[in-house]
Amino acid sequence: MGILHRFHRKSSGALAKDRLKILLISDRINCSPEMMEMIKLDIAKVISKYMKVDAKSMEIQITKEAAKGRIVKSPILYANVPILDLKH
Amino acid sequence: MSEVIVITSGKGGVGKTTTTANLGTGLAAMGKKVVLIDTDIGLRNLDVIMGLENRIVYNLVDVVEGKCRIKQALIRDKRYPGLYLMPSAQTRDKSAVTPPQMIRMVDALREQFDYIILDCPAGIEQGFQNAIAGADRALVITTPEVSSIRDADRIIGLLSANEIERVDLVVNKLKIDMVRRGDMMSVSDVADILAIPLLGIVPDDENVVIAANQGEPLVGNATLAGRAYKNICMRVLGDVVPFLNFEKRISIWTKVSGIFHRN
Repeated sequence: MGILHRFHRKSSGALAKDRLKILLISDRINCSPEMMEMIKLDIAKVISKYMKVDAKSMEIQITKEAAKGRIVKSPILYANVPILDLKH
Repeated sequence: MSEVIVITSGKGGVGKTTTTANLGTGLAAMGKKVVLIDTDIGLRNLDVIMGLENRIVYNLVDVVEGKCRIKQALIRDKRYPGLYLMPSAQTRDKSAVTPPQMIRMVDALREQFDYIILDCPAGIEQGFQNAIAGADRALVITTPEVSSIRDADRIIGLLSANEIERVDLVVNKLKIDMVRRGDMMSVSDVADILAIPLLGIVPDDENVVIAANQGEPLVGNATLAGRAYKNICMRVLGDVVPFLNFEKRISIWTKVSGIFHRN
């Protein structure tokens, strides 16, 4: 029972680690969730000039890329923008 | 050559004062001349943890304001001849002292002591600025919990902005059973996230509360926490000491053997 349960859920320790990784990156670059939201909307606005995008389900995220050298990791902005229609 | 170490964490209640008391007592037990400074003005506690609360006459603010000499404010520990405590003031607030005043006081103490250990208050305001002002190195204390790790990360950023060159990590209150179940971040998870050298691991141990009740630091005794603190002291002195093996990797074999052999 306990073992089966363990397969289904992610352990809370692993969850904590994942949440912290994201959280600390936004803490370190001093970029609030609201600001991220503004960046997201602006990106959607710019891309909408060229193609129809689904602004509601787009996601952006700043992560630190695990470079080979351990110390120097630089933040990278990932944007996931679903395209609804490629107009020319 | 003396060394000034600040014990800090950001978040409260993670074990700064306990670590200060045990590190200081441990180093004194190894024959070093040590002074502990409680910089938490208004909320002093290091005196009770050390069991010296009844012997306070003058305090840190009195020294800074010139009401007494440094020597008059130092309380000699009842166990070790080389160990002294500079208590904090209870009726004042953090603005009673400034960083330049702290630097002057710490520099004066360097002449008489091998180790000057500063117990930093929680937070990142003036009390923190006062505590780190004169420090050569820092120990950042954290528990394996999201809130305290987040605060520790902020503290590490502030320490490097204040040009404290050496910053080491102590992971406190580790609940070994919870780590085994996957419900607590492991020490390596924490060290990975914070990316500073690991100096010590202290398991969650009821004996810490008992020691605090008695006003007797437990460093060096046979308890898990007592052994962990002794190892931290030795690492502070520069010795290479292996970490106590709390969280053995759980292989199938250990799980199977665990059925027959409970430790």
